[in-house]
Amino acid sequence: MLAYILRRVFYAVPILIGVNLITFFLFFVVNSPDDMARMHLGMKRVTPEAVDKWKQERGYDKPLLLNRAEDGARSVTNTIFFEKSVSLFAFRFGSSDAGRDIGYDISQRMWPSLAIAIPVFIVGILANVTFALLIAFFRATYIDYWGVFLCVVLMSISSLFYIIGGQYLVGKLLHLVPISGYDDGFDAVSFVILPVIVGIIGGIGAGTRWYRTIFLEEIGRDYVRTARAKGLSEPQVMFGHVLRNALIPIMTGAVAILPLLFMGSLILESFFGIPGLGSYTIDAIGSQDFAIVRAMVFLGSALYIVGLILTDISYTLVDPRIRLV
Amino acid sequence: MTRIRDGLPGDSVKKNMGCRTTLVFMVVTALSACGDRPWNNPYPASDDHRNILYSSFSEKPKHLDPAQSYSSNEVVFTGQIYEPPLQYDYLKRPYELVPLTAVELPQPVFVDQNGQTLPDDAAPDQILFSIYNIRIRAGVRYQPHPAFATDSRGGFLYHALSAEAVASVRTLADFNQTGSRELVAADYVYQIKRLAHPKLQSPIFGLMTEYIVGLKEYGETLVAAAKAQGDREFLDLAEYPLEGAQVVDRYTYRLKVRGKYPQMLYWLAMPFFAPVPPEADRFYAQPGFAEKNLSLDWWPVGTGPYMLVENNPNRQMVMDRNPNFHGEVYPAAGEAGDAAAGLLADAGEPIPFIERVVFSLEKESIPYWNKFQQGYYDSSGISSDSFDQAIRFGAGGEATLTDEMQSKGIRLQTAVGASTYYFGFNMLDPVVGGDSERARKLRQAVSIALDYEEYISIFLNGRGIPAQGPIPPGIFGYVDGATGINPFVYDWVGNAPRRKALEIARRLLAEAGYPDGRDAATGNALVLHYDVPASSGPDDKARLDWMRKQFRKLNIELDIRNTDYNRFQDKMRTGAAQLFQWGWNADYPDPENFLFLLCGPNGKVRHNGENAANYASAEFDRLFERMKNMENGLERQRIIDDMMAIARRDAPWIWGFHPKQFGLYHAWYYNTKPNLMANNALKFTRIDPVLRAAKRTEWNRPVVWPVILVVALLVVGTLPAIRVYRRRQQAAATA
Repeated sequence: MLAYILRRVFYAVPILIGVNLITFFLFFVVNSPDDMARMHLGMKRVTPEAVDKWKQERGYDKPLLLNRAEDGARSVTNTIFFEKSVSLFAFRFGSSDAGRDIGYDISQRMWPSLAIAIPVFIVGILANVTFALLIAFFRATYIDYWGVFLCVVLMSISSLFYIIGGQYLVGKLLHLVPISGYDDGFDAVSFVILPVIVGIIGGIGAGTRWYRTIFLEEIGRDYVRTARAKGLSEPQVMFGHVLRNALIPIMTGAVAILPLLFMGSLILESFFGIPGLGSYTIDAIGSQDFAIVRAMVFLGSALYIVGLILTDISYTLVDPRIRLV
Repeated sequence: MTRIRDGLPGDSVKKNMGCRTTLVFMVVTALSACGDRPWNNPYPASDDHRNILYSSFSEKPKHLDPAQSYSSNEVVFTGQIYEPPLQYDYLKRPYELVPLTAVELPQPVFVDQNGQTLPDDAAPDQILFSIYNIRIRAGVRYQPHPAFATDSRGGFLYHALSAEAVASVRTLADFNQTGSRELVAADYVYQIKRLAHPKLQSPIFGLMTEYIVGLKEYGETLVAAAKAQGDREFLDLAEYPLEGAQVVDRYTYRLKVRGKYPQMLYWLAMPFFAPVPPEADRFYAQPGFAEKNLSLDWWPVGTGPYMLVENNPNRQMVMDRNPNFHGEVYPAAGEAGDAAAGLLADAGEPIPFIERVVFSLEKESIPYWNKFQQGYYDSSGISSDSFDQAIRFGAGGEATLTDEMQSKGIRLQTAVGASTYYFGFNMLDPVVGGDSERARKLRQAVSIALDYEEYISIFLNGRGIPAQGPIPPGIFGYVDGATGINPFVYDWVGNAPRRKALEIARRLLAEAGYPDGRDAATGNALVLHYDVPASSGPDDKARLDWMRKQFRKLNIELDIRNTDYNRFQDKMRTGAAQLFQWGWNADYPDPENFLFLLCGPNGKVRHNGENAANYASAEFDRLFERMKNMENGLERQRIIDDMMAIARRDAPWIWGFHPKQFGLYHAWYYNTKPNLMANNALKFTRIDPVLRAAKRTEWNRPVVWPVILVVALLVVGTLPAIRVYRRRQQAAATA
């Protein structure tokens, strides 16, 4: 397994270089270093000299990909792309174009994101699996029909509605929790409850339907019929056999996104005033801060690769027939 | 142990009773711990009755360094922390400068080319320099800060930290010792020099090189010095003298300004000219500090009434009262009506009243508005989403609060902003630009057709007034009434301006060579191109449709060119845009700050200035040169009137509108008066935290029964499922 993991990590390097290159290309197709300077220097009284100084100060006065004024390797290394990208592979994110420490920002903002994402993830999966099992258990009854109907209704509603509706109902009308905000430590609980509930309810329709399909597929298999023929009760069949065999597709969906949880949710965090990473990248794109954009895209790619490796490993845990070679 | 594990016969009952008692105790404790305190209160319970003002910010400030900070969302902080020598009187109108740390308002001494002193009324063209001797008050002290901390021998404790020591700190709070010192004139001079610092890119450096003697050369000297000593080294500005800013004595410094520039005093009321202690720069320049956000851009050091104690722009920023604040009292005089409005009730009282200000990050307007209504923010603007909940218009068109707002004791205050939003013609464009009679009539025709009264009504909920020229109300040069209207667009009918009839616009269009919107020479339809930066606002499409409709009134086809913001800026810089919308917020309350937007030498394309329309009129420019240095008075007003007449006739802008600001304030928030120039108004305001706490409790009583109902429904809902399950089990057993 170790050889497999090492090979996958090795494969990740060209993928990350490619992602970095695409990010760089897409960013600078839309924004030039001059645009970035003007955005950072503000709207009023920006002189060309100030723009030049800004670029020089941050190393954006160099050619993007190829420095024709240099010879040999320096024609590649003395460029914006190389200088801004190479430190990422050591996970040194440096400073944002506004001068803030990106690593520190990430380390500060990941915890609030996790405070929302982990409960939503865990309770969400538990709730989805439970409801899906319940519906599968009562398949072809009114509970199944109305359950699926409810799932489709829940899926059809925009997540924004859940957020604004949740804030209006729970925060504004019932006065049960703060409408938005965040605090450290245990005090965060009152701020996190509502976004977690909203996050779970927002995902319950699609999740339950997805897991119901998986369970129904398993229920039709021969081993289930055998289990029933052995005289096992329906709960024993469902939990002892169906659920265990359905774990592979559940793992596929769940483990892959596990490392990405700390990246947060854009809309949820924005509306609930959670100081997480959800809006970090979007804010950076809006303010044309390439340093943050490239760092976050790089981090997202790296974590996604980690997630896929973890998924492969988890296969071996839930299915002894699978071996990683 | 065994006994305990096995238990006595009555133990299970006792245990059950014990559990129940514990449960009841926990519930009672939990409920009593909650007390009357609202469950939805987002702030710590310990702050409930504290004298804390709660506000918000939607975007993190980019700069808090006074040499760089320029945006309104940054000045909210820097204005309270830094103290320039002058400030605006909080209550008096028109806006009036008064001393802040200065002993008195500095009067310029004019000097001619021979070094001779000139009389105060000397002609501007005779004046080579204006000398401002600014004397500051003694005894003003900086906020506590580790940059000032010294050891027993007077050496700075934290100015030469080892790498290990730097590694162990993360924020300013990690430094155990703080210090302070008296403000001296040299700190003001130091900050003026910082405007030229090559690493700071001060937005006003370019402008100030035109006025402060030697500043441009000083900037070049610093660039060379920085290059010579290497990037990592601290650039000690004290080693490089600046002719235009010099220390006279401990409490006096001299500013040498080129020519006559009375607007210099307004700049002296902005944080750009606030003092910065060199110790702070040296402290923050240590290796490893910038990587930890330990910089003047993140942790300002000032003498003002407040100091920043928490800077977490991802969540909240907190300012506390500066314990070293030199003391100031609430003004005893204002304008007529201030006393009746209760604005003089605190006259003579020491300020600031509020001990702490908490700014929370609130990106979305809906949660902010709801929290304001619950009493968790002390004031609020009004977004379009919530406008109808807050405001209704009376029969006479006056804005009043809705019953719901009034029942909560909320106050509405409105003020026309010192800003203008206009629709510009690119005067370099061959179709709409130029000085020809044809183009002028075309612009005048479009000016009549574009109905800004309707625009304000539809898209701004009435929050604006149609502009008659570039100067907004409240700024010298603005003329109200019949004589102040733009006669090319309005007639004075009854007691109000009335937009001219469309027939007149059509006639002008025909005279311009486009009868019925068609080119008389070619017969082709007239197509004009409107460049607009793309955005995704909910009203955008409606606005653009409305704009098309306005042009269609004259049978002109409007081609809307949506471009991203960067390309839009490029087009403006290169003159590729034909029609555009733009705006300007005043730096200071002087007509020069608006009329320079139409000045030829300030053209965007040719001179990279702020004249986005690239308008150039020799007569207008000549009058501007005369007007800009004059004191306010009849002669200046006459010249401004002449300039307005030229600009209105040439119509390089459709004058658009001046936005009206609507502010809502809770009943416990006192001394609020819109002051669009003062950026340090926080120190004058006061709150009643006891009333606030009572209102919050009254407005936010938790309503629990719906939750109990939902839980009960869920439980009841599962009963049929349990019945089905049991029936199945029984069926399986009997099968």
